[in-house]
Amino acid sequence: MGESKMAALSFQPVVLWTDALVYLLLAALLAFSFYAIKREHLRAPWRQVRRRPLVMSSLVVLLFYIAIGLTDSFHFRKPLPVTEANQEIQYSPEVLSLLDWLLEDLKSNTERSYSAPLAAYAFTKEMITVEDGTQRRDYPRLVYGGAHLQHPETERSADLLALVLRGGTTGLVLAGILTGAFILRLSRHHRKGFGEMAGLVMRGECETAWKGILITLTSILILSAVVIPLSTQYHLFGTDKVGQDVLYLTLKGIRTGLVIGTLTTLVMLPFAVSLGIAAGYFRGWIDDLIQYLYTTLSSIPGVLLIAAAVLILQVYMDKNAEAFSSVTERADVRLLFLCIILGVTGWIGLCRLLRGETLKLRELEYVQAATALGVSNGAILVRHILPNVMHIILISVVLDFSGLVLAEAVLAYVGVGVDPAMISWGNMINSARLELAREPVVWWSLSAAFILMFGLVLSANVFSDGVRDAFDPRLRGRS
Amino acid sequence: MLSYIIRRIAYAIPILIGVNLLTFLLFFVVNTPDDMARLHLGMKRVTPEAMEKWKADHGYDKPIAFNPAAEGMAKFTHTIFYEKSIRLFLFDFGRADDGRNIGADIRQRMGPSLAIAVPGLIVGLLVNITAAMLIAFFRATYIDAYGVVLAVAMMSISSLFYIIGGQFIFSKTLRLVPISGYDTGWDAIKFIVLPVVVGLISGVGSGMRWYRTIFLEEIGKDYVRSARAKGLSELAVLFSHVLRNALVPILTGVVVVIPLLFMGSLITESFFSIPGLGSYTIDAINSQDFGIVRAMVFLGSVLYIVGLILTDISYTWVDPRVRL
Repeated sequence: MGESKMAALSFQPVVLWTDALVYLLLAALLAFSFYAIKREHLRAPWRQVRRRPLVMSSLVVLLFYIAIGLTDSFHFRKPLPVTEANQEIQYSPEVLSLLDWLLEDLKSNTERSYSAPLAAYAFTKEMITVEDGTQRRDYPRLVYGGAHLQHPETERSADLLALVLRGGTTGLVLAGILTGAFILRLSRHHRKGFGEMAGLVMRGECETAWKGILITLTSILILSAVVIPLSTQYHLFGTDKVGQDVLYLTLKGIRTGLVIGTLTTLVMLPFAVSLGIAAGYFRGWIDDLIQYLYTTLSSIPGVLLIAAAVLILQVYMDKNAEAFSSVTERADVRLLFLCIILGVTGWIGLCRLLRGETLKLRELEYVQAATALGVSNGAILVRHILPNVMHIILISVVLDFSGLVLAEAVLAYVGVGVDPAMISWGNMINSARLELAREPVVWWSLSAAFILMFGLVLSANVFSDGVRDAFDPRLRGRS
Repeated sequence: MLSYIIRRIAYAIPILIGVNLLTFLLFFVVNTPDDMARLHLGMKRVTPEAMEKWKADHGYDKPIAFNPAAEGMAKFTHTIFYEKSIRLFLFDFGRADDGRNIGADIRQRMGPSLAIAVPGLIVGLLVNITAAMLIAFFRATYIDAYGVVLAVAMMSISSLFYIIGGQFIFSKTLRLVPISGYDTGWDAIKFIVLPVVVGLISGVGSGMRWYRTIFLEEIGKDYVRSARAKGLSELAVLFSHVLRNALVPILTGVVVVIPLLFMGSLITESFFSIPGLGSYTIDAINSQDFGIVRAMVFLGSVLYIVGLILTDISYTWVDPRVRL
């Protein structure tokens, strides 16, 4: 009895396919950082990246998105309440993530239908029964949005202003304390006075653009401090057709976007790298074969190849519906498959670049010396060629990311994107198209998806520009 | 020159065969005709007779690649592979699921697609190059820096946003042009303007940035320094030297997409309800009409290969140093 009670408190962890790959990607990233830290030729460009304020603030924003995406990548199932003694513990079929658990209020506080951002009343009129029993058509009060107000008409603006001011001040104070503590620690580290160090940071005379980082962090802190109280008492971005909080939906969309942007590259990288290097290094019939392969694949219009593959996957999934135990798992397999297909259409550019670079590298003295000394082909590829094309791989991975996030929305519109049951910006935009035709216009879920997507893609673009400028030897030294 | 073109065309044949085999594999082997019939007739409670009838109606009732029941050559010709895939080489696309002739539909829908795509390409090129030259003229000033920031910001906005926003502002709020639709003859202009403008705005960010890099690369070369040294004004250098030399990479980048203009744009056409090939494809995807998707895949790859050959030819045309 005691044992089952203990178990009832526990959760059943669920590792989805994409989760596992996200962990793998994280591990690979850490391993690469350890590899890069010891090597001067990889540290030098990083120093250049570190000095640029705009690039560093975009990195902070990216990390903020990644943190949200990661909390959304730990899944579990809640146990169902035990009804009888000694009964086996059953787990709920609904797969939740850490983010769902953190945002439990947002997730469960659903209204009946549309409501505008920060509204206290619903968007459409309904029949309401007043206290005296008579009925009239009017906008009903929301169940959660602004529920703490007695008279929303008069109190709402003052309440909103108070929440924003209180949140903003809290955020500012918090950011001030953190900044102070950070500069203090920095000054201890460099054995300088606090004032001197603060001056250095503010004038941007440090090795790292701390000013940009601190300003971005301060903005994020203030924004969060304003958003959190607002979203607990109101629906900050309104609610959608079934009354779901739009803020919750857009936050959930972050993971989908990140997964598509990163896992696609992870999936295609082994093919692109091995085939590209092999084609350039071995030449002859291997080169011909690989060139034929990628010319054939690239001559098929990308969207059509993706559409054909996704249609076929749909048929397969309908046929084997029993293989998936929950909607989440089904959607997850489809997401993974989409990443694979996007990878199949996306590896060609990188492969071509790597082939060209390897063709050049294999004629260089050090490779010829290695050949003359009898080093095997495999060893030459791994020790001499691969490290010297690393910058190309890195640049193309970072450059591809934002394009893939944008492509997700387009694919969702074409009808071959992620599973309709999965929350993604593409699906939000797709379902919101009809809302624009309503009178008055329902604009909030569309705008919310676009704004969060814009934030992610813009910071990714700025960051990737910085990375490219620093790592591309042709651009190094130029600004 | 002629022998080069013939060689390139000969080289295109194995690629087309590869595309054909790949689409065949995707559509008929991974996904059998039985699956297709079941998909169209609904997944549950499909009688075998209904499935056989659907397959016979759509010509999927033959063996996949080899017909042992037939005589002579018919062993190979009375198969799905021959009827559905080999015929693509003759541009015989067969019939769609609703019985319409795919080839006739494609020919009819090419016009509206081109009516959007050609003005879009020309206007886009003019605006992008002008903007990029302006920025290159003011290089290393605040105008350049803010221009690039603006370009990156514009690139970061989803193309869907531009379309939805454009329709909302110009059609719904200002009521300048109809929101969507198409007409024949000169009446079509009022339907074409908005898609072209939207396409221009959504492409100007990446286009301007791309051409700026090309211009800056040319400006760094020696002949530009000599031109300045002999006393030419910066504008004259830009227009008569830099622009002419930059046209080589610009032109070759443009030529490859010209044949693909026939395919139309999936998103633009379907948002603006233009009866072109893009919306044709998207409708086929949504109604899961594999025949049309297959035809479009084949057409797309043919046009892509034509584009590659044209690019090579245009190289020799704009740059006499290149000999084939």
